Amino acid sequence: MAETTLAPPEVQAETLLDSNELVLNMGPQHPSTHGVLRVILKLDGETVLGTDCVIGYLHRGVEKIAENRTFQQFAPYVDRMDYVAAVSNGLGYCMAVEKLLDVEVPPRAQAVRVILTELNRIASHLLWLGTHALDIGAITPVFLCFREREEVLKIFENYCGARLTTHAFRIGGLQYETYDTFEKECLDFCDLMEQKLKEYHDLLTGNRIWVRRTKGVGILNAADCKDYGVTGPLIRAAGVEWDLRKAQPYCGYENYDFDIPTAKTGDTFDRYMVRMEEMVQSCRIIRQAVDALPEGPIKGKVGKVIKPPPGEAYVSIEAPKGELGYYIVSDGSLNPYRVRVRPPSFVNLGALDKMCRGSLVADVVAIIGTIDIVLGEVDR
Amino acid sequence: MPDTPNSDDKPRPAPSPRPPAAAGADRPVRRPVPKKPAEMPCEPWEGTLPSALQERFGDRLSRAVLLGGQKLLVADIAAAFEVLSCLKQEHGFDYLVDVTAVHWPDKPEQFEIVWTLYSFSANERVRLKAGLAEGDLAPSVTALYSSANWLEREVYDMFGIEFKDHPDLRRILMPDEWEGFPLRKEYGIVQQDSDWVRENLKIESAQ
Repeated sequence: MAETTLAPPEVQAETLLDSNELVLNMGPQHPSTHGVLRVILKLDGETVLGTDCVIGYLHRGVEKIAENRTFQQFAPYVDRMDYVAAVSNGLGYCMAVEKLLDVEVPPRAQAVRVILTELNRIASHLLWLGTHALDIGAITPVFLCFREREEVLKIFENYCGARLTTHAFRIGGLQYETYDTFEKECLDFCDLMEQKLKEYHDLLTGNRIWVRRTKGVGILNAADCKDYGVTGPLIRAAGVEWDLRKAQPYCGYENYDFDIPTAKTGDTFDRYMVRMEEMVQSCRIIRQAVDALPEGPIKGKVGKVIKPPPGEAYVSIEAPKGELGYYIVSDGSLNPYRVRVRPPSFVNLGALDKMCRGSLVADVVAIIGTIDIVLGEVDR
Repeated sequence: MPDTPNSDDKPRPAPSPRPPAAAGADRPVRRPVPKKPAEMPCEPWEGTLPSALQERFGDRLSRAVLLGGQKLLVADIAAAFEVLSCLKQEHGFDYLVDVTAVHWPDKPEQFEIVWTLYSFSANERVRLKAGLAEGDLAPSVTALYSSANWLEREVYDMFGIEFKDHPDLRRILMPDEWEGFPLRKEYGIVQQDSDWVRENLKIESAQ
């Protein structure tokens, strides 16, 4: 047996110091990473010193595919990025191509677009709420949220036959007219939702465990949000009253009366409250849009062959997760020359390191949940 | 005659070359419908911001236009950092929305780097473009905006454009050892790094 000799004190001090730092791998197969996110954590005991995100496990080269498809052919692909909010993806893409083509979308199509996008925002927030609560340890909300989300998916299914990757919109307007009970189902859903939101509040908002796990966790203030390009509910929770639907209205959002919910500290609890309130506001928008649903055509003047003139456009919308932008360059051919997707999840995830530093390991789970990422969109 | 689909009494004339236009004068000539303008509407962008920038940067800022109504600046790559810094510090463009690139293999400056900026106070969006030759370094704006970190890594990953002074320029979406840059035009849609696929996925092809 070899005799153990101690290292000189200065080396000892160094190695002992090192031994306090632990590199812990989290994911990619980890239930709370919402897909295939891998985070390498550098820990000092329970405290996070730094993180490194490893992403790309779901990279499918969507932007490359776009260059090899026609403008219409690429439209269904965008639904596969943020598959939880496929309708929003489709809206952004259609609007960007319409901008290149300089096409007007008829008012009826715009109103139906608003209804479906807001329904999808609620569905996306419900999925976020259920899984986020599940991550933190509250099991009940996930069942309730999926129950209500099902109602939205039923409306989508009745409207276009698909539940998740809907491809609901076409360039220039809509493919399908609404069905007979569409308005009634939307209004019924709003009634149901407003009633059920109370249940969620009863379950979580006053729950001491929930409050302890979320208050003061993962704070990102307004200046940091702007610096990291973080948008959506995260920047609103930090007190910036900024929503693209109000700041640069599109699709007729200027005709609807709704508020931008904000909070002050920008912690996980505030983001929870902001998203809960956003669902209420979405219901308000849906009601107004259904009540004033105009008659008329559902598709603008778009030819069978879509060939925008050479040029470029950047169009962005307020997706459930933040600013979703499409930068499309056309060279005058049938295929887009370049499609760049500015994904909100990807940019928001970039601030994970900033939010995690100094927090506890257990809070990393809460912070990943509160950013509300969809890896399909992060990796594209 | 079930074999011949054309059951007219006259047999079809053999296909002949199309008669010249003058000979077919009796036939109505189908003219193409007047198309939309071949270019997007582009007009000069006037206002205090473009004039202030042009005064300061002179020739290094070659264009300030409204392309399809969207504000677009075109600058030399050498001046890009200064322009962005000026836009952030003096004109309040505090949010870097996006950094991306476009590959034009036939142009002398193969790449076009595109920065999209937004100002919360003015509710204004501006796009800055700069051409970059193959092998040259692009300026990193990580010192100005933290969001540039991941966005520039993605541009490097997809196009192989290197950013000067980037703190952590690694691949982000593709595997670290992957050969080739997928969003370059010469990179095929089904192309892959076969060695990497064989070694790491233990299969012959990922297609």
